Order: sequence, then C-alpha cells, then structure tokens
Amino acid sequence: NRIETIEVRDLAQSCAEGGCGECQTSCCVANQPCEQEAENNG
Amino acid sequence: MIHAYALHGKNIVLDTASGSIHVVDDVAFLAIKTWQSYVDRQSRKMALREAFASDTSLTDQEIDALFAAIESLIKSKKLFAPEMVGNLSYEELAARHSEKRREIKALCLHVSHTCNLTCDYCFAQAGRYHGKEALMPLEVGKRALDFLIAQSGKRRHLEVDFFGGEPLMNWDVVKELVRYARAKESESGKQFRFTLTTNGLLLDDNVIAFCNDEMSNVVLSLDGRRAIHDKLRRTVNGRGSYDVIVPKFQDFVRMRGGKNYYMRGTFTHENPDFLADILHMADLGFYALSMEPVVCDAESPHALTRADIETVKEQYEQLALEMKKRAGQPNAFTFYHYQLDLKHGPCLYKRLTGCGSGTEYLAVTPMGELYPCHQFVGDPRFRMGDVWKGVSNNALREDFRGCSLFKRQECRDCWAKLFCAGGCAANHYHASGSIHGLYADGCELFKKRVECALWLHSVKGL
Repeated sequence: NRIETIEVRDLAQSCAEGGCGECQTSCCVANQPCEQEAENNG
Repeated sequence: MIHAYALHGKNIVLDTASGSIHVVDDVAFLAIKTWQSYVDRQSRKMALREAFASDTSLTDQEIDALFAAIESLIKSKKLFAPEMVGNLSYEELAARHSEKRREIKALCLHVSHTCNLTCDYCFAQAGRYHGKEALMPLEVGKRALDFLIAQSGKRRHLEVDFFGGEPLMNWDVVKELVRYARAKESESGKQFRFTLTTNGLLLDDNVIAFCNDEMSNVVLSLDGRRAIHDKLRRTVNGRGSYDVIVPKFQDFVRMRGGKNYYMRGTFTHENPDFLADILHMADLGFYALSMEPVVCDAESPHALTRADIETVKEQYEQLALEMKKRAGQPNAFTFYHYQLDLKHGPCLYKRLTGCGSGTEYLAVTPMGELYPCHQFVGDPRFRMGDVWKGVSNNALREDFRGCSLFKRQECRDCWAKLFCAGGCAANHYHASGSIHGLYADGCELFKKRVECALWLHSVKGL
C-alpha cells in the first residue's frame, strides 16, 4: 500500500494521569520498558 | 509535527505527538511532507502531478485514495497529531507531573572512589571524582538504602546501581548491602532491582555466582578491538587489560545464560569507526552490545571532532544494515540504542519528564553525600545534601525539577523530543555550562540513532 502504519503504543491514551511511576530510571527514555505494560503482558 | 526521512530505501514518517510510524511510497512521502504547505486539495493534487509527471499509473482515483488515507490518519490523530491529552497540552502535563514527583526511586551507589584501571577518557578521573580515593563504609551504604526506602513513597520498584570507580574493589560491602536490602523488602513492601557496572579485572567465580543470583543487569566495560581497548584502558601499571578481562567476561556471560547483561564500550577520536569494535565483540560471542560516544572536555585529545561525528553517523547507518543482515542468524546481536519497544514502551509521562536526575534519581558518594547523578559527583556546586539529613539544597532540586524539554526552544521544535525527554542534564551542563543549555552534538547523534532504530523496526515490522 502507499502507506503502511506500524502499530505502536498510543501515547495520548497510554496511562492514567501521571503514569504509575514504577518504570526504571533511564540512566540514554524510549529504551526503557514500562513495568505496567510488562505486567499486563505477563 | 512530523519527521519524514529516507534511509536505506525506505521512506519513514514519524508523527511526533502520537509516536505513530508510517512507511510510505515515494508519492505518499511527498504528499505528506508537503501536506501543510498547501491549503486545498487541488493544489496538493497539482503538486503531485508535477512531481510524478512520468508516472502514468498515478491516476486521479489513485491520488484521491491517497488523500483519503492521509485524511483518515489525521482524523485518527496518527498524523499531524496535536500535542494534547484532552484539554491539556503536553507542556502543561509535563509541568503538572514534574511538580507531583516528590519520591526518590533510584540511587547510584558509589561504593568505590578508586579504580584498578586508569582509563584516559574517564569522566571520573580514574574513579576518584576529583577527590581522594575512598571506599563506601557499610554503614553509609545501609543508611543510603534506608534513605531510599523512606523517600520512595508509594513506589514499589526501587533501583540501586553499584558504581564507581570500580565497585568490585569494595565487593564485601556490595554483598552486605544486597543482603541488607533483601531483608528489608518484605517489611517495607519494596522490591529492589540491583545492577552493577564493572571493568572485569576482579571477576571470579564467586563474584559471578553472586551477581547471577542478585543483579538484574550487569554492565561490562569493553571497548572492542584489543588495540583500541588497550590503548585507553590500562592498569595502574600501564598494561592493557583486554587479555585479562575478555575470558572473564565470556565466562560471566556464559554462566549468566547469555541474559541480562550489556557489553558497554566507549568510542573516542581514536575509533569513530566503532562498528568494527561492535563486530569484534560479536565475534567474541557477546550479543547484547552498547557503544557510547565519549563524554569529555571538548579540548581533550579524545573528544570527537566534527569530522568524527559525520563518520559516527555513517557508522550508525551501517550498523543498522548489519543488524538487519544478521537478524535471525546465530551471529545476530542487539544494540542498546536500537532497542525501542514501540508497542509496550514508556508512557507519555515518562517521555515528557526524562531520567529524573536530581529528583527521582540521586548519586551517593562513599562519604554519603548526595548529588543529582553520577556525572555531577565531585563538583561542589552540585552537592544536594547527604543520606543522614536528606536533600538540603532545595534550590538545586527545584532547578532540576524545572529542567524540562519545554524550557528549550530547540527541544520544543525537535521531532525526537519524546524519545530523549530533553536529553541528559549532565551532558548539557558540560557542553554549555548550564543544565538548561544544549549539547548539540549529542542531539545530532541521538537523532541519527532514533532514525536507524525506527528503520530497523520498519524492516522487521511490516
């Protein structure tokens, strides 16, 4: 197709306000895993 | 805001605000790049007709279908998306979130301000951080862990990195601190994640076994090719360290099951052709790799020159090609900066507020002093307090809290801002004299890495 869209996390819809804050400290942000997503995905 | 670029035969469009990534053909590439230059459909159509005059397959119906697809992406906020969540702008969200961040969740414990290597480019000046040699006493380390637990509020996951200098020079204290923290986990409801950075000289089977039980990640310092490594990473007796550490690292990684480690190299003016060093490490059997540009004074003989930076950018592109070629093969490897988890990566708030240095993340010296992060240690202007009285320099903490990407016009206008969150305060400070300044060379390299990482995803993800 002329445009192929790669599925990504929708940033504007991604979290409860403020995020959970449980993610790892970057120190390098996009490389860091999200703890909540990791738990949600087993 | 979008970023449209071509790399290795792919046209890639990143939508900054939503993080959406689109791989497009040449016609769509031009249509999207020029979309906001025209006010009406007819002008856009004429521009495409003119640019692709020789393409007889580009019919009116084809163009209408393309425009409909673009308009659909805009409507679904995957293209030219606004930097808004509800009625709040990303800038307002960042300010709100930053103001609420009052807990500390990570410490860099400098258990050793001494080192058994004398690396020429070391930002810590042979591990001493511009001061005297020192080892962290056990009681200081325990107090630091108590301080972290007490200051962490409702946060469950706490992180402690054992750093130096060379942390293995204070190994007994490291082990005792891990045991102390583990004993505190159940009563405090906290979960500790330990990491260790080492030059490898003091590794033995006992150290490896303990690390494999307790360290979630280990960072192993190796600069790649023997000649490169030994030129700058010498022992206090002036000998190269490559032949001593490589077999130890190979044992370590093997006994670790090949998981949860990074080989971490530094490249300098000596080796802007760092891809050869990465491939050398892969040849040694290591597959989790990270090579970083040197952090040093611009006047240093090791500093990257303008010509070096151009070479490094080309090397990043070649690295991406090499990784694609090896994908799925026994000799495949990963590169830290190209590992972006686009589906389950960090949320918007993390991307807006960054590493948390000076607020959520602090460094602790062997004497128990607090600094915003490991790269500020030893500079008295950045002393924040100590582990007994806590943060006493509130003005400095608020300065770091206010260190937002939205405070820099260059960052506000940058397509990569949600990948770096405004970058490293220490790098900005050392390059410009202010944590609110800009390390422009670092930004240039960072953006090239993101472009290559997205390209790798595009060839794997479609």
